[in-house]
Amino acid sequence: MMWEDSPYPMLTIDATGVVAQANEAARLLLAGTADGDRSPRTAPGWLTRAHDGHGAVEGEIGGRTFQAHPVHSGGGRIVWWLVDVTEQRVEAAARQAEHERAVSATETGTRRGEREWAACMVEAANELLPSLNLDRCLDSVARLAVRYLADVALVVLPVSGRKQLLTWYEPDRGVLRESVSVDPRTMPGLAEALQSLPPASVHWIDPAELPAWLLPHRPDEHQPDEHQPDEHQPDERRPDERRPDEHRPDGVTSVAVTTLPGHGLPVGALVLLRHGRPAAFEAGEQVFLRLFTALAGSAISAARLYTEQVTITEVLMAELLPPPTPRLQGVELAALYRPAGPAERVGGDFYDVHAVAGTGGESLVVLGDVAGKGLEAAVLTGRIRNTLRALLPLADDHRCVLERLNSVLVNDGDPTRYVTLVLVSFERHGRRVSLRVTSAGHPPPLIIRNDGRVETVPAEGTLIGAIEEVSSVTTPVVLEPGETCLLYSDGIIEARGGPLGQEFFGEERLCEQLLMCAGMPPEALAERVQMLASQWVRGGEHDDMAVVAITAPRDSPPNGPAQDTSAQGASSQGTPAHGVPAQGVPAQGTPTQGTPAQGTPTGGTR
Amino acid sequence: MRHDIEERAEALWAAATAGDEYAATGVAMAALDAGVPMETLLLDIVAAVQSRVGQEWAANRITVAQEHTTTAVNERVLTALADRTTERIAGQSADRTAGHTPGRGVERAGARANGRDAERGAERDAERGAERGAERGGAAGLGRVAVACIDGEWHAFPARLLTEVLRARGWDVDYLGSQVSTPQLVAHLHRTNPDAVALSSSLAVRLPAAHTAITASRAAGMPVLAGGPAFGVDGRYARLLGADAWAPDARAAADLLAAGPLPRRSAHAQDDLPSLDGREYRHVTRSAADLVRAVLDDLTQRLPETASRNERQTEQRAPQPAEQRDGRWFEQTAEEVAHTVDFLRAALYVEDPEILSSFVRWMADTHEARGVPPHLLRSILGSLAARLAGFPHALDALSRAEAALRLPHHTEPPGA
Repeated sequence: MMWEDSPYPMLTIDATGVVAQANEAARLLLAGTADGDRSPRTAPGWLTRAHDGHGAVEGEIGGRTFQAHPVHSGGGRIVWWLVDVTEQRVEAAARQAEHERAVSATETGTRRGEREWAACMVEAANELLPSLNLDRCLDSVARLAVRYLADVALVVLPVSGRKQLLTWYEPDRGVLRESVSVDPRTMPGLAEALQSLPPASVHWIDPAELPAWLLPHRPDEHQPDEHQPDEHQPDERRPDERRPDEHRPDGVTSVAVTTLPGHGLPVGALVLLRHGRPAAFEAGEQVFLRLFTALAGSAISAARLYTEQVTITEVLMAELLPPPTPRLQGVELAALYRPAGPAERVGGDFYDVHAVAGTGGESLVVLGDVAGKGLEAAVLTGRIRNTLRALLPLADDHRCVLERLNSVLVNDGDPTRYVTLVLVSFERHGRRVSLRVTSAGHPPPLIIRNDGRVETVPAEGTLIGAIEEVSSVTTPVVLEPGETCLLYSDGIIEARGGPLGQEFFGEERLCEQLLMCAGMPPEALAERVQMLASQWVRGGEHDDMAVVAITAPRDSPPNGPAQDTSAQGASSQGTPAHGVPAQGVPAQGTPTQGTPAQGTPTGGTR
Repeated sequence: MRHDIEERAEALWAAATAGDEYAATGVAMAALDAGVPMETLLLDIVAAVQSRVGQEWAANRITVAQEHTTTAVNERVLTALADRTTERIAGQSADRTAGHTPGRGVERAGARANGRDAERGAERDAERGAERGAERGGAAGLGRVAVACIDGEWHAFPARLLTEVLRARGWDVDYLGSQVSTPQLVAHLHRTNPDAVALSSSLAVRLPAAHTAITASRAAGMPVLAGGPAFGVDGRYARLLGADAWAPDARAAADLLAAGPLPRRSAHAQDDLPSLDGREYRHVTRSAADLVRAVLDDLTQRLPETASRNERQTEQRAPQPAEQRDGRWFEQTAEEVAHTVDFLRAALYVEDPEILSSFVRWMADTHEARGVPPHLLRSILGSLAARLAGFPHALDALSRAEAALRLPHHTEPPGA
């Protein structure tokens, strides 16, 4: 071979990365680098990956930096001429490092001493410890890593399978986050960092060996899932197929990969890209890195656990949360729920709204209160709500529903698991709403009449789940337009406090307040009751509080685009009236508003 | 234009006080259709009506029931307007997914109009956390803000207004509702990582609770924007309690947030605050119920006429037996004494006697409107002072409040 004696190493490589020919200089070079898993017959990774590209590339072989110039030959082979540029690069790196140090010295005053590193550690801890939000933790870790150790930092967080959540931070561009599906083994040292402890080991990587997916700003802004066929896309190849020199970050001279230790297992990895700095940490950096990665890893791990817990709780709790209160059959409903504990969202009170219950056209509202508080009570409410849902077809006869529920709970054999309930079946007849009300050991509902009277529904019955035989009385009630049936749990009337500290709010006081509430819309009523009781306890402890208001609408929408006026305008008796006849009855038809004492603007408008 | 806005506000007031939801919603929708900008509608019409509610109640021109009915109708109007914004955002996001602006991670543009939606939204976020792109925010990608009322604060209307103003401007808003306990607030912040927290409070008695919420939010790493009359007309208490920013109204709050990330007050800023001693605050808090009882004893002994407040009640439709009426009035007086103690506590907490003075001036106005004899308040203050010897700050606040009562005109008559 005419180039066998050339002082420059020369390789012919085929498309699969196999070295087809090598001159003596190249053979010596490759033999010296055989590091076990790479036979001398295989070209360095960075050369192989550069196969499809154009122009010179740079990479490391045996600790020295080579510039490789391609000459295309037949059969998809490339002849690479290698030029050793180690000296130039080291010189450039030294100059750069000098410059960086000068810059960072002007920024931080001087190179950090032991005391400064300690201060950095405190700063990092202050930033990382308070948050349990995963995104925020990842941002902070990347940001802090750049502040103290690198020019660009990347946090790799394995999500599931090959999916990795990447969080970059670069001072000029801020935080960037992306979820990609990649094999960590395509980045040297990464798979190890993600799998193994001890944490302090740092893998130094040849910058040329960085896979394209690892770099924050790729030329084509490639999206794994969202393909954007527009002018941004100069080439259609997958990111890891691109030539290294296309994505090689300018000025990156050293790359370190290290583990972020979580609680027991590595939670992720930190990749540090450094400009003009050598592939080694100073003593101070080394100590800081170990502490910082430990702190960052446990912060991320805690945030991750918290997020997972919250997600699980949300999913499980979704069933236990109070349901929305729609307008059913043109009847207005409003409900409010305030659990006992300040951090809780569920408790021992519950309510449910069923559009169809029984064989006729009735709907059903249930409000109940199980023994106990907190999560255990909430779980019992979930069981009772499910049982009641199954019993809905029997809702024509409240007694029957209550008896069945009672036998289910009694058969559980735990006498502490009992519940008090109010059942209200309702149906609209013209502008009136007729109710059937049954109480099972629960405070009886109140009717707020248009003339200001407040009536207690005589609906008494035994509580459910404690004894074999239960009795109940169902009372019929008719609501005129504007009137409300108010259901509440004993947390309202047993609210303890008041101006003098230890008084119960009481049913009497509640009724007295409701005397002033005639004609109020249901959500205003529910809110007022809830507010009065909450104010009464004055920030003290209270039981769960639940309120449901069922109101016959005072008037119907004139042409009501917002409401379902579509059909059944003139509903016959017995069928659910989803729409309401547009009678346009003016509000002053009802004597609900009282008379303003003085000549006031309100008087003028009515 | 100004005139037009006032006319519409008048029409909305008429519909809302009459409890006519459909007419009220109609007024709002007609305004939108006539080209009134959403923000103008929200702040110069809907909010104007709402603040008039408070004034009219204080002046005894509307009943408690009317106050609540008007608020309820106005809230329904707000809900209808929120739906409009939601539709608009949905339209925009449909345009966007049709392929105009390629982004590096398209964030959801879903609207979160109420608390429960916010919870569900958070849940989705938790699931999709990994998919989240770098871009954040609602229709305009401005970012995410959590809006909440301080624990104990049930005046939710201002917070809802702010929510709608911000949503209309393109923010992604989690509205957490009234009476948000601090543990719930913090849990929400950890879940959703908003760019800022807006905390609303109307009554100065919530300032201690506000302090807790502000401190907790800042500790979780979020900048806090405080708003509402509780923080003082110039926001002085917001600053005192460590909030990063304060806004006098929703428009100013939105402008502040639009100006970029809220400037964070450094953690050290807290150290420069005048130290809140708290000795007198703790004493009055601990003995609040005893104080109220003692004052009531004084009142009934020294002022038998207190038992007949001679109050002109606007709500007098259900005549009650005399003893029941007396019981009610006694209780009302007890409540007023308890409120006075609460405001005294707040004044001690932030070491500003003006909090008590302005409450007492307002109370005097409502008494005047209801024909309650003016000496009642003076007696309450005097009786409290007699029980708080040895607490110089409390005595100072009480004597200043007493002096404020002697000024001829307390405040401008509401609505004048």
